[in-house]
Amino acid sequence: MSAQTLSFIFVGLSFALYIGIAIWSRVGSTKEFYVAGGGIHPVVNGMATAADWMSAASFLSVAGILAFTGRDGAVYLVGWTGGYVLLALLLAPYLRKFGRFTVPEFIGDRYYSKLARVVAVVCLIFISFTYIAGQMRGVGIVFSRFLEVEIETGVVIGMAIVFCYAVLGGMKGITYTQVAQYCVLIFAFMVPAIFMSIMWTDNPIPQLGLGDKLNDGSGLTVLQKLDQVTTELGFNTYTVGTRSTIDSLAIAAALMIGTAGLPHVIVRFFTVPKVSDARKSAGYALVFICIMYTTIPAVAAFSRLNLTESVNEVAYSEAPAWIEKWENTGLIAWKDKNDDGIMQYRPGHAFSPAKPIFTEARGSHGERVISNELTDSANEIYVDRDIMVMANPEIAQLPNWVIALVAAGAVAAALSTAAGLLLVISSSVAHDLMKRTFMPDISDKKELLFARLAAVVAILIAGWFGINPPAFVAQVVAFAFGMAAASLFPPIVMGIFSKRINRSGAVAGMLIGLFSTLAYIIYFNFIAPELNNPEHWFLGISPTGIGTIGAALNVAVAVVISRFTEAPPQEVQNMVDDIRIPAGAGVAHEH
Amino acid sequence: MQQSHKSKDQPETSDGVYHHNDAENLPPHSHHDSETLKEIDVEAYWRANIKVLTVLLSAWAFVSLGCGVLFSDWLDQFSIGGFPLGFWFTQQGTMLCFVAIIFIYHIWMKKIERAHGVDDDDAEHKVDTGAPS
Repeated sequence: MSAQTLSFIFVGLSFALYIGIAIWSRVGSTKEFYVAGGGIHPVVNGMATAADWMSAASFLSVAGILAFTGRDGAVYLVGWTGGYVLLALLLAPYLRKFGRFTVPEFIGDRYYSKLARVVAVVCLIFISFTYIAGQMRGVGIVFSRFLEVEIETGVVIGMAIVFCYAVLGGMKGITYTQVAQYCVLIFAFMVPAIFMSIMWTDNPIPQLGLGDKLNDGSGLTVLQKLDQVTTELGFNTYTVGTRSTIDSLAIAAALMIGTAGLPHVIVRFFTVPKVSDARKSAGYALVFICIMYTTIPAVAAFSRLNLTESVNEVAYSEAPAWIEKWENTGLIAWKDKNDDGIMQYRPGHAFSPAKPIFTEARGSHGERVISNELTDSANEIYVDRDIMVMANPEIAQLPNWVIALVAAGAVAAALSTAAGLLLVISSSVAHDLMKRTFMPDISDKKELLFARLAAVVAILIAGWFGINPPAFVAQVVAFAFGMAAASLFPPIVMGIFSKRINRSGAVAGMLIGLFSTLAYIIYFNFIAPELNNPEHWFLGISPTGIGTIGAALNVAVAVVISRFTEAPPQEVQNMVDDIRIPAGAGVAHEH
Repeated sequence: MQQSHKSKDQPETSDGVYHHNDAENLPPHSHHDSETLKEIDVEAYWRANIKVLTVLLSAWAFVSLGCGVLFSDWLDQFSIGGFPLGFWFTQQGTMLCFVAIIFIYHIWMKKIERAHGVDDDDAEHKVDTGAPS
């Protein structure tokens, strides 16, 4: 059977499974809708958290980034996993004890202020929408390549599926669907990785294969070979970093703090039964995430070797079939600069702008003609980083069912994250804005209706972003981390570990953290992109890492303002005492 | 699971946003529900907790920012399983350490909570068998 037919079958079967789960776990109460009744087993919750967290970007892009940047890319691995330590140690158990549904609820109650709650809702919605746009786009890319339907059709199908289980099933539906999605996506990621590891090293465990000797009898290890290949062609040596230390530190810190501040991840810990379960659940989530994240470097290394070997110094007329297929989607391009009919893969952009602009014509070798200006670089090839994971099974000549599996896995990764994000948006709108701020008297049933309506509106907006993506989806996703780090994480942690931080301090801190970070990112990406280089950055910190400075500013402002204004009321201080202990009845206070 | 915190019977604040006493998603705490904890125990527990956090967060920063970034290049002179050590940390090592830190935290905190009587074990598991609940 062809890869396309198999893709239809695999994706179709997985969709049937997700919808079946949604129907089986329909909810009737707000508590079930928001936090699945608070009764999810920690291991199940950990697995759902992992699926929630691992997005289309993790599944499709990270391996590509690592393959092309080598050691420099690894800061993303450290940043995105390290955040779970902060989450487990500083947030999850206390927020579970607090006993509410949403993140803005905590901020609103701890800082006894509607304003604080509304500011938190605004941060949350901004963070979540930037994220969703990328997910919907990921779904579109997968559909357009593997199912060969228009990207718009793909996005609409994705929207319909998410609609079914997020709107009907709420958190309960989402949790069990995400467990299924985790299984699909991890299987889909591991199978090609294992195949490739065996191909290069005979070692079936990709994590170990990465450090192993090659099986071609050369006596070199995988990494030595990679260093040799990259250095020979003039690329940065694969295992040597080039980024400045301060920028690496800032990026790692921003991603870690940002991860811990992402509302759709935090809210997952409201669904476990007990405080100690929240801690355990964060640990399981990280285990499930690391199964994939420790495989990513292996996939990156093997695919870099595969790519170089099957492209560099190969005549275009003898190029493998996948090159032509991806060229047809516009994600690979070749310009025969030296007229030898052979593809040269070298560092630097082959042409300017870096992304190819195709004309309708075909060149003398049958390649698509581009109209970009050529650069001086000897490089003749453009390869979009995002295709590495999807192209791997084809590059490595794996059977068609593996290709179909990867398609189903990528869709699972994108949908699980999109659903989790939709849920936090709808619960924030229905619960934090409607129930807690503007319409305190609405019934449970009415609130549930609002939550579902909000989910519908959010899906439509997300779909619109998927079909008309802002040209900068990758940058926008980086914003989400910076903003979460600079706005939501500090007030939550300070609210738990300090009784002195008050309303004015928290609100001022959140606003200054959010807007300073946003301003820096917008300035360097949109207002003055030509200045976006280390000489012009503040302290040499790139916009990706600026969330660290934003978070520091947030804390500084909150501490200073709180010191000069009134302490929080006694009952708020008692509440802080209460959430600090896992046991039930609270402390005996002297009044 | 509806539970009310009768031990704390405070009025709400002036702008009417603080009502922690009627939270809808409170965790059950079984055997502690009828007791009111003593402030002195709770303070000792909190100090122990801060100590745990200090130790484990130092480990976290050492691994992620230290081994992962700051002295990653220096570590490359050693090697592990075919990897230069610093490179291994950036690709796999830090993540394994993170997992270890979280589980150490879980086990350590369980022990401290039982010692201070502020645990959330189920009533029937109150007799400590050593198994994580």
